[in-house]
Amino acid sequence: MSIRVLVAKVGLDGHDRGIKVVARLLRDAGMEVVYTGLFQTPEMVAVTAIQEDVDVVGLSMLSGAHLTLVPLVVAALRKRGSDIPVVVGGIVPPSDISLLLEAGVAGVMGPGASGESVVATITEAARVA
Amino acid sequence: MRIIQGGSEVTNDSYEIWQEAFKRSPLRDATFSTMSGIPLEPVYGPPDGEFPGLYPYTRGPHASMYRSKLWTMRMFAGFGLATDTNGRFKEIIRSGGDGLSTAFDMPTLLGLDSDDPMALGEVGRCGVAIDSLADMRDLFSGIDLGKTTTSMTINSPAAVIFAMFIAQAEDSGVERAQLGGTLQNDILKEYQAQKEFVFPPRPSMRLVRDTMTFAATEMPRWNSISISGYHIREAGSTAVEELAFTLANGFAYLELAREADLDVDTIAPRLSFFFNAHIDFFEEVAKYRAARNIWAKWTRGHYGAKLEKSWQLRFHTQTAGVSLTAQQPEVNIVRTAIEALAGVLGGTQSLHTNSMDEALALPTEKAARIALRTQQVLAFETNVVHVADPLGGSYFVEALTTEMERQAEEIFAEVMALGNGSMLEGCIEGIENNYFQDRIADSSYQLERNFNNGTRTVVGANRFLEGNDETDLDTLRITGEDERKQRERVAQVRQNRDDQAVRRSLELLASQAADPEINLMPGLIEASRNYVTVGEMMSTMAGVFGRYVETASI
Repeated sequence: MSIRVLVAKVGLDGHDRGIKVVARLLRDAGMEVVYTGLFQTPEMVAVTAIQEDVDVVGLSMLSGAHLTLVPLVVAALRKRGSDIPVVVGGIVPPSDISLLLEAGVAGVMGPGASGESVVATITEAARVA
Repeated sequence: MRIIQGGSEVTNDSYEIWQEAFKRSPLRDATFSTMSGIPLEPVYGPPDGEFPGLYPYTRGPHASMYRSKLWTMRMFAGFGLATDTNGRFKEIIRSGGDGLSTAFDMPTLLGLDSDDPMALGEVGRCGVAIDSLADMRDLFSGIDLGKTTTSMTINSPAAVIFAMFIAQAEDSGVERAQLGGTLQNDILKEYQAQKEFVFPPRPSMRLVRDTMTFAATEMPRWNSISISGYHIREAGSTAVEELAFTLANGFAYLELAREADLDVDTIAPRLSFFFNAHIDFFEEVAKYRAARNIWAKWTRGHYGAKLEKSWQLRFHTQTAGVSLTAQQPEVNIVRTAIEALAGVLGGTQSLHTNSMDEALALPTEKAARIALRTQQVLAFETNVVHVADPLGGSYFVEALTTEMERQAEEIFAEVMALGNGSMLEGCIEGIENNYFQDRIADSSYQLERNFNNGTRTVVGANRFLEGNDETDLDTLRITGEDERKQRERVAQVRQNRDDQAVRRSLELLASQAADPEINLMPGLIEASRNYVTVGEMMSTMAGVFGRYVETASI
């Protein structure tokens, strides 16, 4: 069974280069990728993740709102009784990584992460879940 | 000699024509020689060749280039509350920066007030939060808008922010006709690349028309659109795609002006461009040269412009944000210096240099100062400014310039075909069928694969990794406190204003928006004076124009 991933842009940030690259990387690595476009709220992401029955949610962040929005996505999933793991990629200062992990995030990929490490992080998150 | 309607063509006495123009140009107080005292000519080349300031301007828009005026060191800044950014602006002016450039936060870019539920976590993060005239006043407090030129990076709500800026300037005693600066106002590239859109393309283009017409009639010193390849490139395009898509958008705005019965020579001189300076040094230089050449030929040949000013492409440059690494961030200073040099040797009119910490966060004051210092080293230590188009005549750079132009022409033909002979329709069709978006995503993925398989080296990211763990860089922190304060501030503005005036302004805006013959700018300025917020004006217009939803494609 291939891994199903929802990749999502949450909030107002329109920078979608990273998420499109990651979506293609994951697809080329044999995963099934769902992308629902820009300007999603945490609630929308949780609902889609559950409806689409994905194994992992990947959030792409640039605008600096990660400490606010990422925990809301995790909470929206857990509130609905879902334990789908959430991973985060993008512009995240190193000092924020531990805060995101404490908030229940399964993995963080900073700028410059290789394609291989992105695939590995998602695969690991899906396996542990 | 053949004089073509005020501009000159390349002839066997180009040199004499250039020399006359050069003699008329005022020179900066500087010594134009090498360090060992060898005197330098303002430009080198065969007497019957191309010269700067002469059609087709491949070698530069002005005859004397940096001997008359250095590029404007225009540092882009904006974060937190308007008072914070005002402080950074003043620091830039104190450090010798000579133009302001405003970065707005995401809610402002999308026309939302800071207390909108969707703005949660985004207020003041990526730029400054502006909700009403009260914030605009704080932003420019103590800065003489009649003396400093101001650039504002705003697109979907450009007309609204422009209106607030004019209202603020006039309140502070500066007439609109005295205001100099640039509104980015390039909505086409938002759909193609930057993705901060609100309304569908056609009503958005109506707003562009309104701002363009308003500036043309009332604000002689204002550039109404900064046609931006920067975001197209940052979104992942190649240099050729950046060149071609940007100029195609430029042609589309000229056609929009033509539809509004504005003369091409009224509008073209007020369009400026904004390009990326990426790390492939010679390709970037060739790109700027090709851009000038193409613009001159198309504005004159295709659009019938008769003024030299219409043919001369002027541009701002920003070094490539995507070339920066989070690993060993100090190395970014080197990348930025090389990219900035490409912009300077390519003849840019203004320049922003990125700070070393921007792969991680907005820049600290120290990092931003080093970035400005990089420009000052180029301008005042290296002597690269003495000779115009110093790489012109290089077999390599000339060949690359010609090839980029040829490839750009192929793309113009494709976009024209999409629009059945209209570049304006071609750009809109290309947006709606994802032509631009898919090409950009394909190029960006190709680049990523080259990075992943090692054919493209990024120092610190996929090679030369020693030292990656040693980062102890301080990054700028934006606290949630700013968001709370800004929400309070907008609530306070709503409480203290004249509600009836607000209602009247919004009713008028709704009715005027529904009539495409009306220019919305005067109404928006009046609404700004009544402390109507950005979010209120934008949602009123959305009620008439609708909201754009992109078809998501991977």
